[in-house]
Amino acid sequence: MSVALLFGLVIVLACVGYLIGRYRAIASVGGDMRGLHSLPSFYGWHVFLFTTVPSLLFLALWLLAQPLVLERSLSEFFPSDRFDSPTERTLLLADVRRVAEGLDKAVDQGILTESRAVSLRTEFGSVRDRLAEAGVALGSDVTPEVLRAAQDYRKRSAAGAVIRTALTLLIAGAGFAFSIYATGPALRARSRVETVILVLLALASTVAILTTVGIVLSMLSESLRFFSMYPWQDFFFGLTWSPNFRGNSELGLLPLLWGTLYISLVAMIVAVPLGLFTAIYLAEYAGPRTRSVVKPMIEVIAGIPTVVFGLFALVTVGPFLRDAFAEPLGLGSSASSVMTAGIVIGILNIPFVSSLSDDIINAVPQAMRDGSYGLGATKSETVRQVLLPAALPGIVGAILLAGSRAIGETMIVTMGAGAAARLDLNPFEAMTTITVKIVSQLTGDTEFDSPETLVAFALGMTLFVITLGLNILALAIVRRYREQYE
Amino acid sequence: MYDTQVTERAVDSKKIKFQCRNVQVYYGSTHAIKDVNVDIEDKTVTAFIGPSGCGKSTFLRCLNRMNDTIDSCRVEGDINLDGKNIYDHDVDPVQLRAKVGMVFQKPNPFPKSIYDNVAYGPKIHGMARNKAELDEIVEKSLRRAALWDEVKDRLDTPGTGLSGGQQQRLCIARAVATAPEVLLMDEPCSALDPIATAQVEELIDELKQRYSVVIVTHSMQQAARVSQRTAFFHLGDLVEFDDTDTIFTNPHDPRTESYISGRIG
Repeated sequence: MSVALLFGLVIVLACVGYLIGRYRAIASVGGDMRGLHSLPSFYGWHVFLFTTVPSLLFLALWLLAQPLVLERSLSEFFPSDRFDSPTERTLLLADVRRVAEGLDKAVDQGILTESRAVSLRTEFGSVRDRLAEAGVALGSDVTPEVLRAAQDYRKRSAAGAVIRTALTLLIAGAGFAFSIYATGPALRARSRVETVILVLLALASTVAILTTVGIVLSMLSESLRFFSMYPWQDFFFGLTWSPNFRGNSELGLLPLLWGTLYISLVAMIVAVPLGLFTAIYLAEYAGPRTRSVVKPMIEVIAGIPTVVFGLFALVTVGPFLRDAFAEPLGLGSSASSVMTAGIVIGILNIPFVSSLSDDIINAVPQAMRDGSYGLGATKSETVRQVLLPAALPGIVGAILLAGSRAIGETMIVTMGAGAAARLDLNPFEAMTTITVKIVSQLTGDTEFDSPETLVAFALGMTLFVITLGLNILALAIVRRYREQYE
Repeated sequence: MYDTQVTERAVDSKKIKFQCRNVQVYYGSTHAIKDVNVDIEDKTVTAFIGPSGCGKSTFLRCLNRMNDTIDSCRVEGDINLDGKNIYDHDVDPVQLRAKVGMVFQKPNPFPKSIYDNVAYGPKIHGMARNKAELDEIVEKSLRRAALWDEVKDRLDTPGTGLSGGQQQRLCIARAVATAPEVLLMDEPCSALDPIATAQVEELIDELKQRYSVVIVTHSMQQAARVSQRTAFFHLGDLVEFDDTDTIFTNPHDPRTESYISGRIG
């Protein structure tokens, strides 16, 4: 039985359960709902949740675990010491899975019968041709060994599917029966539903945390592989970035880090004052009519795809800066520059700073403004001395969000600042950032076993650590300077 | 210069501080205050009483132009402070509010230290030449608000950490620190317990030695205890304005009598 069908079945059972639970609750008090502990619908939900939650959780866990278990059983066919490199083995295992899928498809389409699929041998004609008929293309002909492994894989996953279906339905049925049996006037269905909701909400929040942990772990393992091939001193303190896919690369982080920080700095110098002043204008000075027009217009900027901003940087801002500043000042003749990318990223980030800060300034209680005006303060004095300090934590959060976006921005940098890794103070010189290099190291036909590609993970890890550090710094700033109102 | 002369002369005689003639206030199309005439004396506590929504707070906020911050609000008529119409074009509302301080219904200390709360007004108005003078103003204001002894050892702790009554006295100290001539109080005790209320009332009694105090209150006992003059507002009209004793013992208008004896409101 397919997973979708199984899922549907459990939901149908749960819906039936809802109706039965509700009906039983009403029947148990002879139709007088005042005798029930909870509203009838809570008894329905009680049955619904008891039917779905445990069984679907089990199903989810099974779906996660089954591939891992099957992978392990496959490994028994192909001991790892037989291969020169882990890549070769991975490829072979992928072949096995493809053949198994091909057999499944062939059976579905009636090209093979189930018994033929099980007993198929390479000795009696090419398996590759048979599978090609079913629309599964294989790179090379199937060896007897791979075929046998694939057949075993099929057998095990079919068995797994049966057990999975049976156990899921059993658990759903048990929950169904138990909760219906428990339904009665004294059952505190409302409190139980509340508990289940609490658990579901808590689980939802863990997903994000676990994902972050997963990202860090996967990056960490690849980064460690990189550092086993390339000395970490050269990576962190190297002043040259010149990857060479034939080997002998110089993979120094510093030019990229410098480019990232320089471009982000320019972006923040543009975004923070403009965004903050916009927010103050909107929150304190603009009338409701101006506000209702200006605010959505600024927020439109946030919706423009960054690649469009990149084009703007490439054809408008870059040439303008070159003609108006760089060439007259004798600072170079490159249209791609730190300034181009920085200014455009800054403009992109204005709505993030302004929109969030505006909301936060608005959330400062009116009593604070009254108090300040009542003492004879002007608007700007009130903003500077009362509203901004009170709104500081939120504003720092907004700036931080903009900063993280500036550091992580890739497309505008590619188009606006170029791809040359360089350590230079001249803001009209082309430079590049960590993110751009991550992309360029991973795109193209490359294998994940050379330092030139694995460096991308080390770069990613560095970026992660930088943004984490910024977050911690911002938290510390907020805690130090916060002026808390009620 | 003119102002300082006036305050000097006003030491011995009860002088008219605010002279209000035919004041009308509109919120959009709502006529909130109808033709009010009131004279507020110097060094006197004047109480505004009346049922909720009668316009007494609105009228109070006209006296330091706090209504300017509300877009839909429109004020007509004359409100003269020491003979000068405060709604004239050459009057700076910011300067006016330094001269006519205000204390609000709910204590609203800034989320700053106690010291900075009190020093806020003097700082923005440049009243102190150096730190020592500022310290002196802060101490004097806190003493005047009867809060000094309770907070002198923790001036750098947040003002929001004080109790409700202390917060309200801090707000009074903050208002006093700008050396106002008139102090407007909008139900200053409605969020306080009886002990804190008694402290604030005692304070009002002391403040009247130096300032003209106008207080809006819902408590008729409070009006009777602290004020010398009482104005009774009803539905935007000033019904009666007289000595407090007269209002509470021998009111002329039947509506006043009904209100103070608890039949309307």
